[in-house]
Parts: sequence; structure tokens; C-alpha cells
Amino acid sequence: MNPKIQQFRFGLKHGAPIGLGYLAVSFTFGIMAKQAGIHTLAAVIMSLTNLTSAGQFAALGVIQHGAPFAEMAAVQFIINLRYCLMSCSLSQKMDPKMPFFHRFLISYGVTDEVFGVSACRKGYLSPYYAYGLICVAVPGWTLGTLLGAISGDLLPARLLSALSVALYGMFLAIVIPPARGSRVLAGVVAASMAASFLFSMIPGLKGVSSGFKVIILTVAIAGAAAFLFPVKEEQEGGQAQ
Amino acid sequence: MNRSVYLYILVMAGVTYLIRMLPLTLIRKEIKNTYVKSFLYYVPYVTLSVMIFPAILTATASMASGAAALVTAAVLAYRGKSLFHVSTAACVAVFLLEGLMDFFQLF
Repeated sequence: MNPKIQQFRFGLKHGAPIGLGYLAVSFTFGIMAKQAGIHTLAAVIMSLTNLTSAGQFAALGVIQHGAPFAEMAAVQFIINLRYCLMSCSLSQKMDPKMPFFHRFLISYGVTDEVFGVSACRKGYLSPYYAYGLICVAVPGWTLGTLLGAISGDLLPARLLSALSVALYGMFLAIVIPPARGSRVLAGVVAASMAASFLFSMIPGLKGVSSGFKVIILTVAIAGAAAFLFPVKEEQEGGQAQ
Repeated sequence: MNRSVYLYILVMAGVTYLIRMLPLTLIRKEIKNTYVKSFLYYVPYVTLSVMIFPAILTATASMASGAAALVTAAVLAYRGKSLFHVSTAACVAVFLLEGLMDFFQLF
């Protein structure tokens, strides 16, 4: 089979849990957007063009208060700054021979989940694999928003509750297998979870937005791990699948 | 307000896209520095772990079902099951446990 199509198919398959999880989360977003007085079409366009959970939820408050555009820009910048780190990391997964325009298209789809699945692929990232992921993630996110905005009680609450862990299940499936084979990675994963837990318990740190929390802890823990356990060449250089 | 909603959307979409696109297009070369390379290698693991815990415990209708999802997914992931398998099993665990809890009126 054509390797491009094959990579695209892998992407679709691995993206399925992302699409499911997004459907549940964006369903809630659709309901909240409607409550905030935002037109269904506007909510759907927002999901299609932004493709970001925390940023969009925060945007509802900004729009409701009629805040200045500069405030909207600042809020999005802070909450979504973590994507900058992710894109830096992904830039190292790009085949130098890959046509440059792919980078502009892949950029659109850099979400926590698409990044997580892409970054942990072995070797160079095929753009077609990323497109496969995006082709499931975007409809899930957009359609969920539409359904939520049209009818808040279309899906039973229990089903929504169950679907909302799909993303976390996927994260665990990404993080745990490599941690199993490496004590350092296992330590990094455990330390990250412990630090994140402390962050949510300690009174002063509790108020920090989730986007900022991710940035602070990523810089601190990945920074420390890179200092203590520098990665050797051969550990990283896998072949493209 | 209706017209300016689309302007707000334009502003947020623009900012968000630039954050994603600039590093991906500006960093064209392979980074040689071992420290920076190692840092970027660890980034996804830290980021995902931070996002999983403790958020998974409060994602569902009750903390017990969130914990059930965590344990189910962790065990299956440890056994090397696929993304889809692990993810759906976590959902099923929540669905079943919440059904049981409703049935017994525990919570």
C-alpha cells in the first residue's frame, strides 16, 4: 500500500479515542457557549478555527464581559502558550526533506492530544499520520460543539460522564508503555503526577490556570530531568515506521 | 454583541495559530545541543502526566468512577494494549461503576 495512505490510516485509527473524547468535552462546551448567549454557528466556528479546550472555555467569559480584544489576545496567549513548547518539540520530529508547507498545516492541529500521540511516534513524524489524527479530532470537536449547542440533553449524563475519561485513558496509554521500559521515564511520569497533585492542593498555587500549571511544571521537571539524565543519541534515533 | 463575537473568534484563532505555527516553522534545523534535545524529549511525558493527574479524578460524575478509570487504563496500558482499547475500557469502567452506584444508591 502507498505509505502515505498507510500513515493516514494509522492516524485515523490512533485518532479515534481523541475524536471520542473531544466529542464529550466539546458537547459541554456547546452547552456552555449557548448559556453564555453565543449563537450556535459562532460556537461551531470557534471550535473549528481554534481547536483548543481551555482557551475556548476561557473565551466565553471574555466575550460575555465584552472585554477589549487585547484582553482576549492576552488570555489566549497565556492559556495556549503550552502549544509553543509542544511545537518546539514537534519541530524536531520533522523530516528535513519534507515539503515545507506541511508545517503550516500540521500547526493547525497541535492540540495536547494530537501532540501527545505524534510526539511519541518513533522516528520522523509523517505529515499524513498527523493529518489522519486531525481528520478525526476536528470533526469530533466541531460536531460535539454543534450537538451541545443544539440540544444540551441529547446525550444522557451517564454517557457523557463515561466519555469524558477517553482522553485521559489515551494519555495513560501513551505515557505508561515507554515508562515501563525505562526507570528514568517512570520517575519522570511519577514526579510529574505528584507535582501536579501538589499544585492542585497547595492554597497559593491552586488558583494558577491549568495552562500555566502545565507550562511551569513542564519547564521545571523536563528541565531537571534533562540536566540529571541527558538522553543519549541511540535512545532517540528510531527509524520511521 | 453578535457581530463582534466573530471578531473575538478571529483574534483568538489568530493568536492560537501563531503560537502553534511559529516554533514549527522557525526551528528548521535539528537541534544539536544535548541539554535542549533531552529537554524536548521529556516534554511530552511531563505535559501528559501533569494533565492526567489529578484531573482524571474530577472528570466524571464521582471521584470513585474517575479512580476506576485511572486504575483500569493504567493496568491495560502497562500490559501494552492499544490506545483505543485502553481508552474505551476506561469509559466502560466509568459507565458500569456509575450504573452500579446508581443502582445501589450509594452516592
